[in-house]
Amino acid sequence: MFRRFIERTVESGLRLSAVLTIVTTIGIVAVLITETVQFFREVSIWEFLTDTQWTPLFAQKHFGILPLLSGTFLTTAIAIIVALPIGLLTAIFLNEYASPRFRSIVKPILELLSAIPTVVYGYFALVFVTPVLQQIIPGLAGFNALSPGIVMGIMIIPFISSLSEDALHAVPQSLREAAYGMGATRVQTLFRVLIPAASSGILASVVLALARAIGETMIVAIAAGQQPRLTLNPLVPIETVTTYIVQVSLGDIPHGSLEYRTIFAAGMVLFLFTVMLSTISFFVNRRFRQQYE
Amino acid sequence: MSKRWRAYLLDRLVGILGLAAAFIGLLFLVVLIVSIFKLGIARLSWDFLTSFPSRFPEKAGIYPAIVGSLWIFVGTALFAIPLGVSAAIYLEEYAKKSWLANVLEINIANLAGVPSIIYGILGLEIFVRTLQMGQSILAGSLTLALLVLPVVIVVAREALRAVPPSIREAAYALGATKWQTIWKQVLPAAFGNILTGIILALARAIGEAAPLIVVGALTYVPFIPRSPMDEFTVLPIQIFNWVSRPQHGFVINAAAAIIVLLVLVLGLNGIAIFLRYRSQRKVRW
Repeated sequence: MFRRFIERTVESGLRLSAVLTIVTTIGIVAVLITETVQFFREVSIWEFLTDTQWTPLFAQKHFGILPLLSGTFLTTAIAIIVALPIGLLTAIFLNEYASPRFRSIVKPILELLSAIPTVVYGYFALVFVTPVLQQIIPGLAGFNALSPGIVMGIMIIPFISSLSEDALHAVPQSLREAAYGMGATRVQTLFRVLIPAASSGILASVVLALARAIGETMIVAIAAGQQPRLTLNPLVPIETVTTYIVQVSLGDIPHGSLEYRTIFAAGMVLFLFTVMLSTISFFVNRRFRQQYE
Repeated sequence: MSKRWRAYLLDRLVGILGLAAAFIGLLFLVVLIVSIFKLGIARLSWDFLTSFPSRFPEKAGIYPAIVGSLWIFVGTALFAIPLGVSAAIYLEEYAKKSWLANVLEINIANLAGVPSIIYGILGLEIFVRTLQMGQSILAGSLTLALLVLPVVIVVAREALRAVPPSIREAAYALGATKWQTIWKQVLPAAFGNILTGIILALARAIGEAAPLIVVGALTYVPFIPRSPMDEFTVLPIQIFNWVSRPQHGFVINAAAAIIVLLVLVLGLNGIAIFLRYRSQRKVRW
């Protein structure tokens, strides 16, 4: 009797902890929706989506999210352009060319790239990378999208290389042997058999890296300039959605004011984007798992 | 002949490009660490570690930031470890293949992808405002605990999954209940791997700045926090604050503070790698 009571109590306790994760999601959605609805009572959705200026903190207020989105898009795009080829080539090399010993040493070191705090990367982008780039590109401003974008790209290499390597590794040996048996070279096997077979796993890794880049805050807050600007020019100061939230949080904006609510509207946009990406990644990943089991 | 040569050269080319790609990451890491040490190491002293922040870069120190980071580290661990491990046990041992397990799984995958700054917004509204904790260590710890919770759950589940079913079956055969089996057999067997994962998750928490800035951590703290209800700052925020200033003296301070932060974060990672290595060597099923 007593035993069964303990078993039941423990199980409900454990279930409660698991359900807390759902409460967290509900909490995030509830907080964002309540404040965003308040925000849209004062600012029209049309203005929010089409105005080309974002100046909630100035006397002449504009509430167009586009400049922040263009900033986020720009830094994310640069990061992926850097991380995708490097990450994928690294995965190919570690999986097909490197000795097991080399792989077992290099892989954990590469994973340190994503363990280093992002303020450190921000510092490095501003103090080291930007001055170096300025020597090569004369028109580069002290704050810009290029330098934090590149640094962010290096940071997310392990996301792409580790997951892509797992995906390549998961391709059954029989496929590889069949390709070799037909006289294919290693490179042919790689590009015509292995990468297509692992493509959904590779895609999932890219989506995850994208989500990480979109949500990255401190690197861009430090090195990109905190100036909302609707541009795709990587050489001038910009501001991302995340940076704007940090900027407002550092000031003394009174709770409940329209300016205060802008961070929830911006947060909502960010949240929608990342949830969309995570969902894509989840389903792509699930399909990829089912393929060979 | 020429066809075989082309195939050979192509093979070499892909190999060289791959090697170069692997080394770009490593090279970047080396340059990053060397450049920071070169600028900051001379500034590092006992005074720097035990002084309060100041308007004068050469007098400023990181004492309150270190103490704040330790508070936040302990607080986050206190909330995240029991909750995360419990949730993992439920998902792995109790709730296999129910609809609830399915929803929980999708939800945790989603939460792991939510940007840290969104957790800051959640913490600001729920802990700081609604529950009136103020901009305290408690509110900051709870926020970071929610942030690392999905990671802790994922690693703890993997550790539990690695315990072979034969261990559970042997315990059941001896008449142990489900919970006795988990508590006395499964958890101790999975302990090493769970610990490794938790240390890595907490190492991430100690480097976070964005969510704590949103929760309202201060950038200038001329006092030592004494209780969980006190206001605070942490090392990453102190670094952010110094990097944002124009004087070169503060950039040097930032480099010195980064050395301390890196020693903490990489030290924790080192411990985790060591523990993983040891548990892999010890346990053989």
